[in-house]
This record gives sequence, structure tokens and C-alpha cells, in this order.
Amino acid sequence: MAISIDEAVPGPATDDAPPERRRGGRGRMVVEVLLLTALAVAMLFPVLWMLETSIKENRDVYAVPAKFFGFEVTLDHYKDVFVAPGGGQSDLSGSFLNSVIVAAASTVLATVLGVPAAWAYSRFTLKAKKDQLFFILSTRFMPPVVVVIPIFLMYRALGLIDSKLGLVLIYAAFNVPFTIWMMKGFVDEVPAEYEDAAMLDGYTRLQAFYKFTLPLLVPGIAATAVFALIFSWNEFVFAIFLTSSQEVRTAPPAIAGLIGGTTVDWGLVAASAVVFALPVLVFAYLVRKHLVAGVTLGAVRR
Amino acid sequence: MVAGCELTAMTTTTDHPVQEASAASPPAPGRSPRLTDRRLAVLFISPAMLLLLTMSVFPLLWALYLSFTDYSATRDVPADFVGFQNYADVLTSPQVWQRALTTLVYVTGAVALQTVLGFGIAYLISRRTRGRGVLTTLFLVPMMLSPVVVGLFWKFMLDAQFGVINSMLGSLGFGQVEWLTRQRTALISLIVVDTWQWTPFIMLIALAGLTAVPKYLYEAASIDRASEWFRFRHITLPMVWPLLLIAVMFRAIEAFRLFDLVYILTSGGPGVSTETLSFHVYKVAFLGFNTGLASAYGILMVLVVIVLAQFYLRYLNKLKEG
Repeated sequence: MAISIDEAVPGPATDDAPPERRRGGRGRMVVEVLLLTALAVAMLFPVLWMLETSIKENRDVYAVPAKFFGFEVTLDHYKDVFVAPGGGQSDLSGSFLNSVIVAAASTVLATVLGVPAAWAYSRFTLKAKKDQLFFILSTRFMPPVVVVIPIFLMYRALGLIDSKLGLVLIYAAFNVPFTIWMMKGFVDEVPAEYEDAAMLDGYTRLQAFYKFTLPLLVPGIAATAVFALIFSWNEFVFAIFLTSSQEVRTAPPAIAGLIGGTTVDWGLVAASAVVFALPVLVFAYLVRKHLVAGVTLGAVRR
Repeated sequence: MVAGCELTAMTTTTDHPVQEASAASPPAPGRSPRLTDRRLAVLFISPAMLLLLTMSVFPLLWALYLSFTDYSATRDVPADFVGFQNYADVLTSPQVWQRALTTLVYVTGAVALQTVLGFGIAYLISRRTRGRGVLTTLFLVPMMLSPVVVGLFWKFMLDAQFGVINSMLGSLGFGQVEWLTRQRTALISLIVVDTWQWTPFIMLIALAGLTAVPKYLYEAASIDRASEWFRFRHITLPMVWPLLLIAVMFRAIEAFRLFDLVYILTSGGPGVSTETLSFHVYKVAFLGFNTGLASAYGILMVLVVIVLAQFYLRYLNKLKEG
């Protein structure tokens, strides 16, 4: 089912010998390295600038021309992210907590529903299996702004507007297609013979699944769950349309709300963006081996 | 707090996966009633399917029904059936066609730029022998960020008064550019920001394709004293192209759906110069409360996505079988 390619994010490469030296090969190499460095700087500059802004004093944040070096370092903005001006918990920290709850709950739900389905799709011959799988993936491609219109009406009728449960359900629904496709790849890699052998020993098919296959799938499940977690954590469109109160609001709309007023505290925006992005980067680093599969929704495998 | 614990549980699972799983192991074998494979498959698949049907399919069917009515989410009057009137209104509206053009410019511009840059970076990285892992990881950072973070940050950097981009241009002797408040530059800014975020995506997939090209092909070519360009044109490109095309189609679908970046960066402005279809449908639905019309609009967009997704999935399928 899966397209296989070699490891996408290579480790320290030791395998290939340097390309044969030609005349002028060295000059060309220098040009290539310089080009690559320039591109890397261009790609990373906004991230570095965000980090810098988050630790600058306000007067340095708005300095013209911009100060790249030689500014005073302060952690005030980070304090403002978590602590309200008058003391106590800030609104943003509450939103971060909501994000943690919603992302974790929806990931658990998507995993619990998706993993067994992926196993069933991998192991059994089913009617129109390919069509079913493609149908599942295409639900993930629906434009969120369009889906949110009927979801909004549906939630309003069910009283799920502005509730964490509502967000958890819609996020789980968006993560289930991904979980099924991603996990099916992992299940395909576990030989079905293990289960056959277990069944010869008197286990039922179900027992063979959870006693022998499931333990082997745990690393795959962990990687898949991490991606689902990242998707839910970063999600913005449903969050902004389906929630409004401070008690329910997750971090993305809360951070976006910081620029609503007439004056914008960019230092605070930068600090909260860093706090928000840091866990994602750490998690993404943990699953770097599976990035290709993860970002293509399980369609392309390493 | 509970969720916090779940989160930590998840990270520990990564460390000690096998113990965790066997701790929850079942009762002695052979006790539970035997399930037929068929029943088991239905039992395992239907919960997931049920969720998808209620949260994805049912809402779309509802939108389909609403698209034939003049329903408005803010009025209490029951909706009247208006037939294909909404569809006719959407398809004959010059506003909609203008948004379609904006979307087309944005999608083609952004995806083309990402493809060229992403493939270029991947090619350069694949020619390095050392530091590939570190380089790749660094390049991937923008892709993992939330569009909210990306949008906010670029908004700050592109600010006409104290933005760092203008500051740098100023020190190079160029004048100030009102990036987000001029019609043409606003759309360009949108394309640039999207390119910044998603070039790593193309790069990642292109790199996966490039590292999968068998070495013996290059060795054979160098024995034949083939030129570098010949090797690129006749070995590298044909081997990477199928995978690259998948990445491009994927990005095109994503760019077509894009909403959050527009919302944060420009809110469609100045005027309507950066209003994509996604953003326009939002305005019709949530600012105009023309729910019936917006539903028709949305259904038409879904049709476009379905066609694009079909291309994508068919191509994927062909590649897997080939």
C-alpha cells in the first residue's frame, strides 16, 4: 500500500563517498555551501527574530532601525504570558491549559478509534477497501471554513458551542483519517504470520491482536499520536468559530486575540508564540524519523 | 490536570513502549467467545466510521440541504426552499470570480515558489556529505509552527513603521514598503509568507526522493562519462518527479483551503486584494449571515477539493501499484 523510500531525514551521513573531484569542483562546492547557508539564514531568521523580540525591553522592540545586538535582556514578557498584571494566573496561561486538555483528549480519542480500524483495514479483505480508505482520507481534505458552517449550526442545536467537548470531537474527527492511514502503514510492517501462529496456539484473532501485534505497534502509535497532538495543538479555524469564552478558548485564538486592540504588545506576542511553539518543535524532533509520513497524512512512507 | 498526566504518560510511552503495553495485557487465552473475522472488522472499523459520518459527512449533507434554502443563522423564520438560486447567485457573481482569480494567483504563485525553492534546497542538501541531518532539521522548523504564530510574526516583521524587513531595506538604502497595506504587495506578502512556511514541506519530500535514487545509476553514468546536467536530467529528475508531484498536489489542496494565514496577516485587505475563496465564504457565512448562500458557496468549494483530491489519490494509487 505504501510508497517506500529511504530514510528521509538522514542521520550523520557516513555512507556515501565524496563525489569525484573534478577541476573547478572545489569552487563549485564553495558556491553551493554559501548558497545553502544563505537559504538557511533566510529560513531561520524569522524564528530567531521572534526569540530576540521575546527577550527585548519594549523600547528595543520598537527601535528604528531594528536592534539586532546589544539590547538589554529581559524575561518580563515571559512572566506576562503566565502571570496576570495584578498577580495570579493570566488569561493566556488558562488558554494554554485548555489547549493541553483539548489536544490530549482529541488525540486519545483519535488513537483509540483509529488504531483498531487501521489494523482491521490492514489484515482483513473487505468490500471496496481501497474506496473506503480513500473516502476516509478525503474527509481530511475538506476546507475547514466550509465544514465549520454546518458544524456551527449542529453544535448550536446540541449545545456544544463554546465547549471543550465540541472541540475535542471535531479535532478527533480530523485526526482519525490521519491516524488510520498512518497506522495502517505501521500495521502492514508487522507480519500477519505472527497472528496466524498465535491463532494456531489457540488464541482468538482478537487476542492475537492485542497480545502480539499491539505491543509491536506501540512505537508507531506513539509517533502517530504525536502528530495528531501537533495538529490539534496548532489548529485555529475551528477554535475561533466554535469557542468564545475565556474558560474554553485554546491558545491559538487567544494569541491571535493579542493583536486585536489599538496598541499591540509585540514582546508579549513573541513570548507567547515562543511558549506555544516550543513543545511542537520538541515533539516534532522526537518523531523526525516519521516526518515524511506524518506531514503527508500517512500517504507517503519513508 | 488529567490531560497533563495523559501528556506525560504519552511521552513515557515513547521511552518504555513494550512494558506499558504488556501491563495492560488480557486474561488467559481461549476464554473469550470467538469472533469471526468479519464481525471483528466491523466492530473495529465502525466506531471510527461513525465519528467521520457524524462530524464530516452529516454536516456536509446538512450544508447541501441548506444550500437550496434561504436560511439565515440569525433569523428565526423557517427557511424557504429556493432551488438552485443560491448556486446561480454564486456562479454569476463577479465578486466570487474575482476571489477565484485571487485564489488562483495565490495558489500557483505560492506552490510554484515553494517547489522551486524546496527542490533546490533538497538538491543542495543531498549533495552534502556532512551535516545533512542538522541542516534538514533546521530547515524544517517553519513547517511545524502554527499558521497563527507564523502569521502574527510576519505581520510584525512586515510592519511598515518598525518592522525589521523595512529596517533592513532602509539600511541598504531602499525606501519603506507598505507590505500589508498596499494592494499588490499584500498579495505578494501572503505568497512570501506561505512560501516561507511550506518550502520545507516540498524540501522534505524531495529530499526523501533524492536519497532514494540508487547509487549505482550515478556510478554507471559516471563510467559512461555522462555530464552532470545529463545525470540530473535523465536520472535525478525522473526518479524524484513522481514523489515531487505528490507533494505539489498536496500543497495545492492545502493552499486552496487556506484560511488562517489570510485571517491573521491581512484579513483579506487592503480592500479585497487578498481575499481568497476561503476567506470570502467566511465573510458571507459569519459576517453576512447568509447561511444558505454560504452553504452553496461552500459546497462548490468542496466539489473543487474533491476533484483535486481525486487527482491526488488516483495518482498516489497509480504510484503505489506501479
